[in-house]
Amino acid sequence: MIDIRSLVKTFGLKPVLRGLNLHLEAGDFVALLGPNGAGKTTLLRILASLARPSLGEVRLAGHRLPGEAAAVRRILGVVSHQPLLYGDLTAEENLRFYARLYSLPQAKRRIDEILEMVGLDRRRRDRVREYSRGMQQRLAIGRAVLHDPLILLFDEPHTGLDQEASAMLDGVLRQVAGRGRTVLMTSHDLLRAADLASRIDILSGGVIARSLTRGQAEWDDLPALYRAVARG
Amino acid sequence: MRAPPARGSAFLRAVGAVVWKDLAAELRSRELLGAMLVFALLVLLIFNFALELDVRTRSTITAGVLWVTFVFAGTLGLNRSMAVEKDRGCLDGLLLAPVDRSAIFFGKAGANLAFLWIVVAVVLPVYSLLYNTNLFVPGLLGVIVLGTIGYVAVGTLLAAMAVQARTRDVLLPILLFPVVLPVLIPAVKASTGLLQGVPLADIDTWIRLLVAYDVIFVVVAWWVFDFVVEE
Repeated sequence: MIDIRSLVKTFGLKPVLRGLNLHLEAGDFVALLGPNGAGKTTLLRILASLARPSLGEVRLAGHRLPGEAAAVRRILGVVSHQPLLYGDLTAEENLRFYARLYSLPQAKRRIDEILEMVGLDRRRRDRVREYSRGMQQRLAIGRAVLHDPLILLFDEPHTGLDQEASAMLDGVLRQVAGRGRTVLMTSHDLLRAADLASRIDILSGGVIARSLTRGQAEWDDLPALYRAVARG
Repeated sequence: MRAPPARGSAFLRAVGAVVWKDLAAELRSRELLGAMLVFALLVLLIFNFALELDVRTRSTITAGVLWVTFVFAGTLGLNRSMAVEKDRGCLDGLLLAPVDRSAIFFGKAGANLAFLWIVVAVVLPVYSLLYNTNLFVPGLLGVIVLGTIGYVAVGTLLAAMAVQARTRDVLLPILLFPVVLPVLIPAVKASTGLLQGVPLADIDTWIRLLVAYDVIFVVVAWWVFDFVVEE
């Protein structure tokens, strides 16, 4: 579903990704870990067609980037640090706006489903700027899955959330992943990543330095492994 | 995953969605239009006190005062309109949509144009009262429409460029004013001619120039918007 080969991304003369290879099958839930500045967000922005690769091959569901970006955007849902929502519009209006951008048929029914799913049905007519950070993040996930995408990219979705909001977000993430979608999530929270994902990839030095599948012996001692890999 | 609709209708739907979104958000907050209107009226007032003019001189400066007002107030609106997209990462949300990115440009430009025309609709009668000048001259509104189209086209493009920078508030006027001069000069000349009662045939060249620059600016902005917004 996601196939990246020898991906290089440089900003000016500074290389961030140095020949990265990554492969995700349909239905995989992969957590991408790495220290600040490792290139996690850069990688996700390339996959989201928001940035161009300097070198290498990137394919999502067989569509090559950046050439077939429009086709990729149709099958992609993205949740980033920021909610990508308009504060002066209500939750319902935000979703209606994105439904029109994605030309969704039966948008009203889908919006009702989404608001129910993220638990914001009762606050649908409140302006988003009146929402807590946790509510905004839940609505951001609702926005990302509105068009029922095959691939989901989550860039540190738990950032800034308290314990309760994080737990609620985990429930929504599990619900989304449980529908057989392919998920790539970046995180700094090792335990939460280990709890949610079926595979963990550690990004260090611009490449995937270590890949770990659930059930492998090191899975239970992830913090120690992470420290060793991230230190290089 | 849902089936994609026909390309043309998806494009128009996306343009309409962006315009609707900007108008609906502004209806709630009244931040952008409020600032533009207050600023435009202040500019008019300052000119009113700064320039004590006889009737004859007034007819030669009216067009200049009007266009300075539109341009200054418009720059404020262009800056704010794009800043809203940047604040919560909404620009990324727009760019992630599976539509031609020029639809986003036309949507943003359409909303910016609507805001500027509201400012024009308020400024013209206020100017008429303050300066005791009749602005309801046939053709003047047409020239204002043409001038504002070119101004907003290039302004929306440059605002999308400037919003990426930390100094976006300062950067936009510095980028915009020199680039938009080819639209402003024929707009001011044609407006002055119309207000002085010059026959249409005599200002025909300015109006043709205005139309030509409108076409050039709209096409260039449409063409390069995708590159401007991508990292």
